[in-house]
Amino acid sequence: MAEYINIYTQTQVRGPAEMGVPLTKELWPRLGKPGFVHLFGRFGNAQIGPIFLGTTGMVSLACGAIAIVIMGMNMWASVGWDPVQFVRQLPWLALEPPPPKYGLQILPPLREGGWWLIAGFFLTASILLWWLRTYRRAVALGMGTHVAWAFAAAIWLYLVLGFIRPILMGSWSEAVPFGILPHLDWTAAFSIRYGNLFYNPFHCLSIVFLYGSTLLFAMHGGTILSVSRLGGDRELDQIYDRGTASERAALFWRWTMGFNATMESIHRWAWWFAVLTPLTGGIGILLSGTVVDNWYLWGIKHGIVPPYPEYHQGMSDPSMGAGQ
Amino acid sequence: MMKIPLGLLAIIAGFLTLAMFTTAGWDLPPTDDVQTGFRGTGMVQIDDREQVREERAMNQVPEPPWELDTSGERAGDIYENLQVLGDLSDDQFNRLMAAVTEWVSPEEGCNYCHNPENLADDNIYTKVVARRMFQMTQAINSEWEDHVAQTGVTCYTCHRGQPVPEYIWFKDAGAVPSVGMLGYAAGQNTVSIGATSLHTDPFSALLNDDGEIRVEATQALPSDHVASIQDTERTFSLMIHMSEGLGVNCAFCHNSRAFNEWTESTPQRMTAWFGIQMVREINQEYLEPLTGVFPEERLGPLGDVAKTNCTTCHQGVNKPLLGAPMAADYPSLWVPPQSAALSPGPSVPTQLRSEVVSE
Repeated sequence: MAEYINIYTQTQVRGPAEMGVPLTKELWPRLGKPGFVHLFGRFGNAQIGPIFLGTTGMVSLACGAIAIVIMGMNMWASVGWDPVQFVRQLPWLALEPPPPKYGLQILPPLREGGWWLIAGFFLTASILLWWLRTYRRAVALGMGTHVAWAFAAAIWLYLVLGFIRPILMGSWSEAVPFGILPHLDWTAAFSIRYGNLFYNPFHCLSIVFLYGSTLLFAMHGGTILSVSRLGGDRELDQIYDRGTASERAALFWRWTMGFNATMESIHRWAWWFAVLTPLTGGIGILLSGTVVDNWYLWGIKHGIVPPYPEYHQGMSDPSMGAGQ
Repeated sequence: MMKIPLGLLAIIAGFLTLAMFTTAGWDLPPTDDVQTGFRGTGMVQIDDREQVREERAMNQVPEPPWELDTSGERAGDIYENLQVLGDLSDDQFNRLMAAVTEWVSPEEGCNYCHNPENLADDNIYTKVVARRMFQMTQAINSEWEDHVAQTGVTCYTCHRGQPVPEYIWFKDAGAVPSVGMLGYAAGQNTVSIGATSLHTDPFSALLNDDGEIRVEATQALPSDHVASIQDTERTFSLMIHMSEGLGVNCAFCHNSRAFNEWTESTPQRMTAWFGIQMVREINQEYLEPLTGVFPEERLGPLGDVAKTNCTTCHQGVNKPLLGAPMAADYPSLWVPPQSAALSPGPSVPTQLRSEVVSE
């Protein structure tokens, strides 16, 4: 019994490597001789490879590599080509978008953010090609394209941040820098500039779906693991031929909270919560600065900001003359 | 069945260890906290008692050299070339000189500013600077009550026994666009103030020039208000500087739900606003004009004079020297400066400058 109740996968299957269905009209072959890694088997499938990249995969990786090299070289140059500082300061370094004075100019000077547009072009090409790949691989396997559309939701948020909103605002400088801490500082500054993003209803929705996703993930993962000794991990079997694992999982939630998802519908819940996180988030970003300039004041106007009693008497803006 | 709790414990322990190594600023209890805003807003100041003890030790104030005596002949009638402090009594003048020596050049002594052969000689640049700094101190105490209140400042507030105050700033050479094709960082994106990656030099634009600090829109819907993300990051950087320089968090002045709203803020924000105006005046009126007086090695990489920001006086505590009223012992530092428009610089003959003052 104990092998089912644990953190890591305890059982690993070894046999001839699974090579997949034969390729018919593809330009590229599957690459690599498959092998087995025990450690990988603890987290997922122990079989590694063969991998199929195809045209979209190859071009996507090439574009991604170009983008990363452009970002990295700019970061390295920004510390005067000092290798030690490059490593030490890496989390702080960034490739910054052009300053506001260049507006939407297609290619500002390279030394003032031109590289940001080039890197952004290649990164976007890479991401869109990888999306095409997930779509086409799903079709090739006779699957639905749910994964591709979930990925598209994330790409929507990415495009809003770096492309659609900057165009609506009339300046590339509105976009996010490519960097670890700099993009976080950008996020904080964005919220401050637009009067506190927490009062943006679409930001609220995004948080609901994000936190909801983690809750659903924990509930679903916990439920399936807890009935895996009864075959609950064979979810598709349980959908078509409801067995004791499915029955017990359903009963557990019905006893706990009066309502339960089914073996199939729980995956719709999870998919929609995950997909709606960046969809609503992207809408919230898109409306900031274009439709609403200060979410706190907007929230006051529409009654979603709770008024607090005056805590300090006589506070006023000293630049307006009062208090002087 | 024991494996799940044990595994969870191991993971939690792992994360806690990671957090311990990657985050800084752990405060061991006991701490004291004071609520500074409406309940539930997180507006609270937390003092770590151990840190408070350290701050007390670091902010000891030197005693005045001797009892003050303002009677007797005026110093200006006794000594030559007294342009700013001539109205003091002989005793008061010498007492102030003795105090300043202890505050600014305790090791170098009188000769740091004075030619021992002729104490009136203006050819040592530090003497010209010191004269301007007396005027500045008088201006701060007499004109900026909104910021320094009844406490006031002395030379020691910034100098702390050093000829050059420890916390000064120069224009940042790295903030100008890169020379080559690569490496544009827009004056940010390196280890910056408070370990952020924000602007390394928010001071040139906001504490030397009168750049716009306010970036948040004052209307709900878009108007003609324009402030870029980069402007916002620059303001953010200045605010982090204030936070670090005063040893306080954002909520010392602001309710973080609405940084821009004065009615949600604390009275300290009004004091800070006057402080910003004061620092601009110090930099523009008193320090920048001294650029030509300083020798090259005292200037920054872009050839600018050392300037002040919040940390110059505050040095990590919200009231410099923890609010010790040491300036009260020196009434001469409270009189309005006689000649604020005085043009400094050793190029002006001493004789001529005296005439300017006497008018």
